[in-house]
Amino acid sequence: MKYSVLVEVRLRPGIADPQGSTIERSLSTLGFDGIGGVRVGKSVRFGIEASDEATARAQVDELCARFLTNPVIEDALVSIEAA
Amino acid sequence: MTTVGVVQFPGTNCELDALEAIGHLGGTGQLLWHGDDTVAGVDAVIVPGGFAHGDYLRPGAIARFSPVMQAVVAFARSGGPVVGICNGFQVLTEAGLLPGALQKNRDLKFLCAMAEVQVASDNSVFTSRTNVGDVLRIPVNHFEGNYTCSAETLAELEAEERVVLRYVDNPNGSVGDIAGICNGTRNVVGLMPHPERASHRLLGSEDGLPLLGSLLDAAGVTA
Repeated sequence: MKYSVLVEVRLRPGIADPQGSTIERSLSTLGFDGIGGVRVGKSVRFGIEASDEATARAQVDELCARFLTNPVIEDALVSIEAA
Repeated sequence: MTTVGVVQFPGTNCELDALEAIGHLGGTGQLLWHGDDTVAGVDAVIVPGGFAHGDYLRPGAIARFSPVMQAVVAFARSGGPVVGICNGFQVLTEAGLLPGALQKNRDLKFLCAMAEVQVASDNSVFTSRTNVGDVLRIPVNHFEGNYTCSAETLAELEAEERVVLRYVDNPNGSVGDIAGICNGTRNVVGLMPHPERASHRLLGSEDGLPLLGSLLDAAGVTA
């Protein structure tokens, strides 16, 4: 089976995000009020072939832990769907 | 003759400065290509600054999987002296030789400036020629130099006196004003300031020499 994968790499809660803070500060200048909690991350998309979704997810989880994220400061949100 | 290997990744840009400084101190420098899976023949290793593999994904994230890094990790685990400077520090944290991580500077600015750092421990392969309390003027040149780690790791670093250098005036937001740390066996050191750029009075400071000299001493002991 082919699956398409979206990995969202996010800074862990509590890790300072100067990019997010800078964007948030500029919002009121642009007239966007009431927006808070801005966090900037990365997204990585790719395809994977695996026998089933659980197998695909296990491989992607390992890939995230070993390479796509630095677990000291980041975590990952993984979405998988049949391609 | 003491030989210091200086790792060269695609995008490294401080390797020649490091070689020059090593030569200035009477050592022999030797480049180590990232694609070679050996550090044979060297008595110490410097992972220098730059932008290894373009800093793609994260600084050091791709470099850590280079063939040469497997050899550097084995060399470090066997007690060999290893120092990571700036991008090299980032590579060593990614490789798991040093704890914590380097995140973007607090003020989201690339920093290129002279910094003052104070020696917090003289018990490491990079600070043995210094004394605790010495203040050294050494330039910093980084975007991701804001050292961070878990509260447990920080407590461990402090309890074991593994913070080797602290900023006098913290430029990047690093926790505990940390500019450099060492591993538990004190033979692996990572720091953000560039001692090779403070290795001659023509460069405005010679304060990097005692640090690089310490590494030569450690290399001599190993050799």
